[in-house]
Amino acid sequence: MNAPIPAGAMRAPAEGRRTARHEGFLGHRRFFWAWVALLATAAAVLLYALDDPWPRPNGGTALGYALGTAGALLILWLSLLGLRKRRYTDGQWSLKAWVSAHVWLGLALGVIATLHTGFQFGWNVHTLAYGLMLLVILSGLLGVWLYARLPRRLSANRAETSERAMAATLAENDRALKEAARLLDDRSAALVEAAIRGPAVGPTLEQRLSGRVRRCATAAARARLDATDPALETVAALLGARAALLAQMRRHVQLKSTLQLWLLVHVPATVGLLAALLAHVVSVFFYW
Amino acid sequence: MAVDERLDVAIIGSGPAGLAAAARAARRGMRHLLLEKTDHLSDTVYRYQKGKHVMATPAQLLLRADVGFEPGAREAVLDRWNRDAAEVGIAIRLEAEVTSISGSRGAFVLGLAGGETILAAHVVLAIGTQGNPNLLRARGVGEPGMPIVQYTLDDPGEYVDSHIIVVGSGDAGIENALGLAADPVQGNHVTILNRSADFARAKDANVKALFAARDAGRLTVLTETSPNRLEPGHMVVDTRDGEARLRCDRVIARLGSAPPRAFVEQAGVAFASAAREAFPTLSPTYETSVPGLYIIGALAGYPLIKHCLNQGHDVIEFIAGNTELKPADEPILEQRLGGLSPARSVAEWIALFRREVSIFRHVSPLQMRELLLDARVRQFAPGETVFVKNDVGASLFAIAEGEVEVEIAAGPPRRTAIIETGSIVGEVGLISGRRRGATVRAHGPATLVELPRNAALRLIGTVPQARAEVDRITTTRLLLQIFQSGLSAEDLAPILASAEQQTVRAGERIIAEGDTDDSLVVIRRGSCVVEKELGGRQVFLNYLPAGSYFGEMAVIDGSRRTATVRAAIRSELLRLEGREFRALFETRPELRARMLADMAARRSLTAFIEQEKHRFGSAIDLYSETAAFLMENGIGEATDMLLIDERLCVGCDNCEKACADSHDGLSRLDREAGRTFAYLHVPTSCRHCEHPHCMTDCPPNAIQRGADGEVSINESCIGCGNCVRYCPYGVIRMDAPPPPKPGLLSWMLLGRGPGPGEPPKAWVKAERKARGEAEPAKKAVKCDMCAGKAGGPACVRACPTGAALRVSPEAFLALARGGA
Repeated sequence: MNAPIPAGAMRAPAEGRRTARHEGFLGHRRFFWAWVALLATAAAVLLYALDDPWPRPNGGTALGYALGTAGALLILWLSLLGLRKRRYTDGQWSLKAWVSAHVWLGLALGVIATLHTGFQFGWNVHTLAYGLMLLVILSGLLGVWLYARLPRRLSANRAETSERAMAATLAENDRALKEAARLLDDRSAALVEAAIRGPAVGPTLEQRLSGRVRRCATAAARARLDATDPALETVAALLGARAALLAQMRRHVQLKSTLQLWLLVHVPATVGLLAALLAHVVSVFFYW
Repeated sequence: MAVDERLDVAIIGSGPAGLAAAARAARRGMRHLLLEKTDHLSDTVYRYQKGKHVMATPAQLLLRADVGFEPGAREAVLDRWNRDAAEVGIAIRLEAEVTSISGSRGAFVLGLAGGETILAAHVVLAIGTQGNPNLLRARGVGEPGMPIVQYTLDDPGEYVDSHIIVVGSGDAGIENALGLAADPVQGNHVTILNRSADFARAKDANVKALFAARDAGRLTVLTETSPNRLEPGHMVVDTRDGEARLRCDRVIARLGSAPPRAFVEQAGVAFASAAREAFPTLSPTYETSVPGLYIIGALAGYPLIKHCLNQGHDVIEFIAGNTELKPADEPILEQRLGGLSPARSVAEWIALFRREVSIFRHVSPLQMRELLLDARVRQFAPGETVFVKNDVGASLFAIAEGEVEVEIAAGPPRRTAIIETGSIVGEVGLISGRRRGATVRAHGPATLVELPRNAALRLIGTVPQARAEVDRITTTRLLLQIFQSGLSAEDLAPILASAEQQTVRAGERIIAEGDTDDSLVVIRRGSCVVEKELGGRQVFLNYLPAGSYFGEMAVIDGSRRTATVRAAIRSELLRLEGREFRALFETRPELRARMLADMAARRSLTAFIEQEKHRFGSAIDLYSETAAFLMENGIGEATDMLLIDERLCVGCDNCEKACADSHDGLSRLDREAGRTFAYLHVPTSCRHCEHPHCMTDCPPNAIQRGADGEVSINESCIGCGNCVRYCPYGVIRMDAPPPPKPGLLSWMLLGRGPGPGEPPKAWVKAERKARGEAEPAKKAVKCDMCAGKAGGPACVRACPTGAALRVSPEAFLALARGGA
């Protein structure tokens, strides 16, 4: 009579559905993709060293074509990440695994493509493609470095609030500030009014990345209002709270913008690379 | 006294039952007398709240009394009865309190309070149970300076500006709470406490009215809460999450009532059992163990007015010798049971059910009839399926004839277990929202009584022996599942006989490190945490979900407790005697081996921590604090929880976008909101609680637990928002799905549409306007763990850095060696 289902046995049996292990994208599956990339790189270097083409190593030798084809296919596959991360289809895929492979194989691409050049550079579309590829890889490396460093700071600065909560707190503070400013003299009221109207975060990319706002009206109001005047006590406290909140919001935007900054190079350079790669391949075959 | 002064029948108590009996006796021309203790008829109804609406349930029961009854205001009902009593010509004697009954059929002597005696051939006792209310058990009751405790409420208009707590989840409690809160001008702060999560014993209409009043903000409803003690001006209550202190000037305890047993027993009447709530033993004609003495109405176990009226009519017919009379529900039951084979009369079927099925054994034939009005009796051919694993189903099956087989493994090899006649299957349906845990088929021809969930809950709520039996069966099955080792139900019988059930509050200590007791504890519901004192600090060792056991070390070798165990949330436990287990080890060495293996694993973990404390001291502290943080955030009742490692999260919100795009455009998680500790963030997202709060009061029963353990809301949601209010974690939102977006490529290449993720409100508004569509009705939206999607939850699959992870608490909180 060993049968139906006491309370405890009804817990989620879903081990199969909980496949994500607690490890970051670099160390995904015990550095599986790092090993794959290392082996691919080692194989390419070994073949290059053993190969003795005449008159010299070149993209046009048998090995050169092989490395070039591998590199081109890698570039196409690596650029598909942009699509993968936005297509939330069903199935046994994990974006973390894709990112892991993207990073490690992207680094391997640097070596494979360099060997493909046979170290011949010039002012032409071929070297342009190579240069753009290096730019993409280096900006990607910057991204990995930022991804390793900034999330903790983002989390610590946010301190259990959210963007929405910060905006709501600011609106609440501003309401109180307006209320308190009604009793002030015209000059002080105008300063407070300007502080409220001023932008919370920098309007330009440069200001966002620096975490500062040029001529911040809140800072100006705090500096110009007479802090010793007892009539201004409430307003000064509210302005202080506003300044602290703005500092947190600006830091938040600064960190988030920095986390995306490298993409401003990485993605356009990828588009350029794909165009240059096409030109490179077409021209090579055209002049064959 | 002359012989001709002897009455044919004396009827004691003028409630609906007594009144109907007297009316029937008057109509039949019998010499009768209706004796009433107070100065008016029907005291229980008389003392209802002013203007109370008196209901007439069960609706399908025909009324055949000589006094009329229709649902309506208390005053109208009483007027009607007074009028009918006069019209029929009932002989009534008011202010006549019967203090003794002696004699038997043909020669009863009733002693009245004034010393007078009355002689009667038959006695009908219809005195109800209201004179004997169940008392509030809490420290401080009745002590001076404490809130006033009362057991009735005559006029709710008498109380103003008071903090009043109503205790009890039946109709009386709900009606009192509604009455006190009805007029906002009175300024009462009314709170109603319910020990369990639902109001199964109350009438549906009352429960609806209660929730409507709560939603209107007129009163507070606290479920899973029970009184602990009174303090001046306050009541301290035990809630799911620990103690809470409520303002309280007055307590109205409506905890039901028990038969006035001493008085009835003094007349020689036997009761069904020694339990306080037990009813007198009655024949199908309502005759007690004393020939000629009949009991009807609430005292017989029938608190509903319609039952009382019919019984009053019937009992006089029986006394008058009408043996052919069938109960009023006979035609309905004949129809229900008519198609079964072999052909049996209703009485025969009822006798069979009561004889064969263990949970019906202590149900009176009359209660059985009532139960059958709600139940379905079904017959199955050999091999026919009763229910299929993962079906939605909330009924309980009792096996009246034949046997059923439960499929333990679908195979190959297929494994089944037989459940014998008299037992039950499908008891998981009694836990709200669970799907069927296994497929059950008839093993040979079988006759099963299917009780809907509410009828089953009412049965175990009103018949203590039935509750004990359901408990015994579920507990046996739980223990067999936990210990396996080839044990049989017979092996466990002595252990269960000495088992003690215990309910503990969140945080309460269950066993203490260093103690010498030796019971083994099984967690039936809830969860616990294991802690050990190291260097003056409590270090978190382990998390134990429902269905696990602890305390085995002391059982096996009699050693002192090596760790402390506390309840993580309010939990139900079963304490088993260590002595009984050691006796079982003699005959079942496999059990001992199994427990030794479990013990060795736990002990080596403890030793490891103790040994490595100096090396990993700070890591173990961090682990302890992290575990405590997760407990605070509901992991103790979670079955699956989304966590974000903020050392890895880059804030891309791809998890939210994936969630929205996988579920008609609405995200069910809010990544940023929620608590964080040591870079471990608990976002606002469903924990898939073991006993989900959201299911407490879902009118269409749209919230279900699925095959993978996910709690999800189906399309029958009516958008009432109850689940949103019940969820303590704020993870359910009310919203309407947005119109479809242009595809991904047309966004990437042409910039059309709002892109991946939940579209902004402004876009949704503009798009609806452009399409000429109205906004669809808002419905409740919550995480369904991506049920039915290959690959599992989209939030985790779409996380680029590995920050998002879904964890089960036991896996996540198990301290891995070296990896604290």
